[in-house]
Amino acid sequence: MLAYLIRRLFAAAVMLVVIIMVVFGIFFLVPKWAGVDVALSFVGKQADPAAVEGVRQKLGLSDPIYSQVWEFFKGLFAGRTYVGGGDSVHCAAPCFGYSFRTEQAIWPVITDRFPVTLGLALGAAVLWLLFGVAAGVLSALKRGSLWDRGAMVVALAGVSLPIYFTGLLSLAIFSYSLGWVEGEYVPLDESFTGWLGGMILPWITLAFLYAAMYARITRATMMEILGEDYIRTARAKGLKERVVIGKHAMRSTMTPILTMLGMDLGALIGGAILTETTFSLPGLGQAVLNGIKTQDLPIILGVTLITSLAVLIANLVVDILYAVIDPRVRLA
Amino acid sequence: MTELSKSGAAVGEPTPASPTPTAFLEVRDLKVHFPTDDGLVKSVDGLSFKLEKGKTLGIVGESGSGKSVTSLGIMGLHTAGQYGKRKAQISGEIWLDGTELLTADPDHVRKLRGREMAMIFQDPLSALHPYYTIGQQIVEAYRIHHNVDKKTAKKRAVEMLDRVGIPQPDKRVDNYPHEFSGGMRQRAMIAMSLVNNPELLIADEPTTALDVTVQAQILDLIRDLQKEFGSAVIIITHDLGVVAELADDILVMYGGRCVERGPAEKVFYEPRHPYTWGLLGSMPRLDREQQERLIPVKGSPPSLINIPSGCAFNPRCPYADIPKDNVTRTVRPELAEVGSQHWAACHMTQEQRERIWTEEIAPKL
Amino acid sequence: MTTQRTSGRRKQAFAAAAAVAALLTTAACGGGNDDGGDKGSATGAAGFNAANNKVAQASLAKKGGELKFAGAQDADSWDTTRGYYGFMWNFARYYSRQLVTNAAEPGKKGTELTPDLATGLAKVTDDGKTYTYTLRDGITWEDGKPITSKDVKYGIERVWAQDVLSGGPVYVKDVLDPKGEYKGPYKDTSADKLGLKAIDTPDDKTIVFHLPEANADFEEILALVSASPVRQDKDTKSKYGLKPFSSGPYKFQSYSPGKDLVLVRNDKWSQASDPIRKAYPDKISVKFFSNANDLDARLLAGDYDLDINQTGLSPQGRTTALQEHKANLDNPVSGYIRYATFPQSVKPFDNEHCRKAVIYGADHVSLQTARGGPVAGGDIGTNMLPPTVPGSEGQSYDPYELNGANKNGNVAKAKEELKACGQPNGFKTTIAVRNNKPVEVATAESLQASLKKIGIDVNIDQYDGSQTSGIIGSPSNVKKKGYGIIIMGWGADFPSVQGFGLPLWDGKYILESGNNNFALIDDKKINGLFDTYVKTQDDAGKLAIAKDINHAVMEGGYYLPFVFEKFVNWRGDRLANVYTSDGYSGMYDFVNLGLKSAK
Repeated sequence: MLAYLIRRLFAAAVMLVVIIMVVFGIFFLVPKWAGVDVALSFVGKQADPAAVEGVRQKLGLSDPIYSQVWEFFKGLFAGRTYVGGGDSVHCAAPCFGYSFRTEQAIWPVITDRFPVTLGLALGAAVLWLLFGVAAGVLSALKRGSLWDRGAMVVALAGVSLPIYFTGLLSLAIFSYSLGWVEGEYVPLDESFTGWLGGMILPWITLAFLYAAMYARITRATMMEILGEDYIRTARAKGLKERVVIGKHAMRSTMTPILTMLGMDLGALIGGAILTETTFSLPGLGQAVLNGIKTQDLPIILGVTLITSLAVLIANLVVDILYAVIDPRVRLA
Repeated sequence: MTELSKSGAAVGEPTPASPTPTAFLEVRDLKVHFPTDDGLVKSVDGLSFKLEKGKTLGIVGESGSGKSVTSLGIMGLHTAGQYGKRKAQISGEIWLDGTELLTADPDHVRKLRGREMAMIFQDPLSALHPYYTIGQQIVEAYRIHHNVDKKTAKKRAVEMLDRVGIPQPDKRVDNYPHEFSGGMRQRAMIAMSLVNNPELLIADEPTTALDVTVQAQILDLIRDLQKEFGSAVIIITHDLGVVAELADDILVMYGGRCVERGPAEKVFYEPRHPYTWGLLGSMPRLDREQQERLIPVKGSPPSLINIPSGCAFNPRCPYADIPKDNVTRTVRPELAEVGSQHWAACHMTQEQRERIWTEEIAPKL
Repeated sequence: MTTQRTSGRRKQAFAAAAAVAALLTTAACGGGNDDGGDKGSATGAAGFNAANNKVAQASLAKKGGELKFAGAQDADSWDTTRGYYGFMWNFARYYSRQLVTNAAEPGKKGTELTPDLATGLAKVTDDGKTYTYTLRDGITWEDGKPITSKDVKYGIERVWAQDVLSGGPVYVKDVLDPKGEYKGPYKDTSADKLGLKAIDTPDDKTIVFHLPEANADFEEILALVSASPVRQDKDTKSKYGLKPFSSGPYKFQSYSPGKDLVLVRNDKWSQASDPIRKAYPDKISVKFFSNANDLDARLLAGDYDLDINQTGLSPQGRTTALQEHKANLDNPVSGYIRYATFPQSVKPFDNEHCRKAVIYGADHVSLQTARGGPVAGGDIGTNMLPPTVPGSEGQSYDPYELNGANKNGNVAKAKEELKACGQPNGFKTTIAVRNNKPVEVATAESLQASLKKIGIDVNIDQYDGSQTSGIIGSPSNVKKKGYGIIIMGWGADFPSVQGFGLPLWDGKYILESGNNNFALIDDKKINGLFDTYVKTQDDAGKLAIAKDINHAVMEGGYYLPFVFEKFVNWRGDRLANVYTSDGYSGMYDFVNLGLKSAK
């Protein structure tokens, strides 16, 4: 188990380095290849040459790529000072870059917005696990019934309807029309009920999408597991059907669900762009979207790295959980 | 379901339904049918037999002959896991120690499972839950039927593992199934089945998934345990060799029915059905040199949806044309006594069969 | 399940759901109240167009309360030197003052200048080369210290530090230091960092500007927020925009970019020192939304008072608002012209007849419809000077009869021009259009359809809208990509033909990157007119030249105007003293908005 853990951690560390390289490559080389001058989008209507040069200098666009990557790495651990045109800004470690668009270091932006995204992702995950898995299990047990067909139609809708649509629909019904919830984000430290009121619709909307996916996966997995020999063995022991399903079949069904959960949570923690945009939640996804709209490369880069990190960590956690659930993995 | 039983009225020896059977296990005119989109699959279509405590019955047949469904029917597991599907139809009577199982309360039958009757499956790797230790699985099996704490149950599990010949049972009890070898897994499976001292043990192809050398060990183990516990045992197999030394009685199934049954030595040395001859021909014989082998049974098993009219075996039977008037293709042969406690269902006369066996078949075996 | 089936189902499901959503949204915002119509309503809305070029409910404004802005986009920067968005210039008057500024008056009067920090408009001497101002008494920073002429000079000097403070307009730099000799305050070696020779501060109350050459619009340039004072000890350089040091009636309380902004009263500001700002509310808040539809719904619901971006309601909200809340709407002219222009570097648009063929061939009603129709889109554009710019003749100058006989396109006339151009059978070309502006893409498609009728085969290239200046701002790239038609829009930085047209039409403004003279106009007549304009001091003469420039541009056939843009703007029920100002492109003048109730 320890060897397994060390192996996984090492793989994750290597992966992280690779990710940073790739992300950097994408962000600094692609515009170069496309022949687009990124600096120009920073300088407003009147492109003053000094301004363009200043932006280039600040963004480090004219430095060779390897030195850009090196500076970035150094900044992660030691902090970094950007100098240019008689001005200097310090970006404290861990320096994930500095946005010259909003004149903020990226790391504080991330730490400021992270709780919003985390709250959104975790809250939604609880909902979708509860409802998705329950619906999937029921569907598997009542295969072909009215319930099963109905649930799967709803699940299909959930999977195929875009969030900005279901999100607006829920806002239109519950916030504008019925007025049950405010539907606007309130920080948790300001008011718990306000926070709940602002998060409940995003949770439901996001959970609807994921619950649909989880219901489908749960149903398929559960049906497969129920055909396994060891389920027949469990019955042959004289176990009650409730125990056969709830203990023996569920434990196996949870394996693929946990894998999915890890990946989904990881990706969501990097920012649920659509949900955050639809509900104007000030999370990481919204920061990325703002960054994309304003060509704010550093924030996109910073959040992309955090997202990768989140996925990586989530993967690691899943790997470990996997080993806890499935003893066979520990040998692998 | 009543219309099904009309043609299947003749089912061999224990035909007259006596309400209180004397045997420990008595199966009467058992039918298990599965409705599917393609039609009704008649997996078991009128099967009757008796089994006493301390005795072993071997049910032999190809895959799809209905032997496994018979065992599931006895265990009450023929409908298990059929969520949302059309339910299997079962009729007939299954008497276990004076209780008729098909009409009994399902929860009562559940309580009998694992305690009164237990089962060993073909592939111990897939039949054991991969995520629980051997100990946990045996402990669970024990505690369903015994109100004891986990510690006591675990002691019992170690005891059982020891009994089935697993070395260092106190350590191996905490291992997972994948950490056991194939033979050890089957021993563990047997330990789990016997943990509640069941009076009926059904072993469904218990050695098929194992190495030849291990097969013999497992069979020896089953025999020893049977002697020790005095249970009734049903061994289901496609391989007559498996039951050769183990079974007291042998029942040969074909197309969901019994085609021959009788004491083991009779079925082995005086078989009276061409299908049994085929099975004997396909049996590897260690005691003889490999010689010209009978090609066992040509063709493939019958469709259980459209069972051939007349004798179900007729399309594959090399002797189908011996009886006159095409009777093999129109009339279904009934089980008829061919010797003491020995029945077979074939249109050929006793003499014809005796002659073919002694002149054509036996010398080649 | 095949992919095809899935996507088919998806479409069906979506269509059904979309219909439901439309119903719900209408019902949600309707609520059955009928306060439409042009008159005032029970809810307190002043009526349709009640604040368009006139003041609505001035007498109802009370001191106090929280004025709530909402927006879909944050400012490019709140640093007075760096902001270039129109709404930022408008909003910046809450926390910054200038020597002179736009009059706080509705409509055209909003373009007139009025003294702010200065006691009066400039004393112009030396043939328009010297501008002198005297500062008022009692003007203070948010810490109570007086605002001096040196603070004004330092604030203006910051424009030179483009390498640090990029983004804002640089007119003042171009006029005062065309050769770029001064390197900006951060590289200034003099002790007081006031090394810019073109500005003198003989004492704390006097500031003198020395122009190397006269410029008729110099005072307009000084009215831009980029000429606001900045105090040197409070200059946080590139971070100044996060918390500008206030010279106005409000100061920054909190700001988190892209999330929210709160201004509170600056109690050191004295009403007596400020003839312009009424400073009604106690608090001004801005909340940023990332979903424009959600934002509109919340405006309509009364959760917020107005849209800080002032770009008009989005289509969905607009439809509902026009039906249900007409009394809360104004329909002002934005000061923007939406147009297509023809880079002369791309053949055959080097030939004016080919350009004119496109102008005649286009269906102008269809283009107007694509822009949103007469209300949401604007009036059909007939020339290139927007109605808010002095010298504009509006639709009465219509050389190609775009709003007359040729409204729906004139195929015969277009074919004549094609013949004259030597392309009687038409030709192939490419339209470049931003991919993030659906309305512009719609106009491109409209143009494509009508040009097909005259044999011009058009391919539409939707490029990355966030890279606009990098893609179409590079003439070599435009030529390489073969962009014969570019669809864009333009509004004046300050209301004059120079403020609107110089970067578009003057040959000197053809730049290798960041170019806005997409048509590559280098016409001696036009260049000469601009040269004369900057030297002209009298208003009548300036108007005449503005007309001449407009006519010359139109006669050259460089532009196909679509519309004189209008937008549908939301005015919350709580607002009082509301009016649109041509000085801010038809936006409401933020600085004097009040609330009807202090609660």
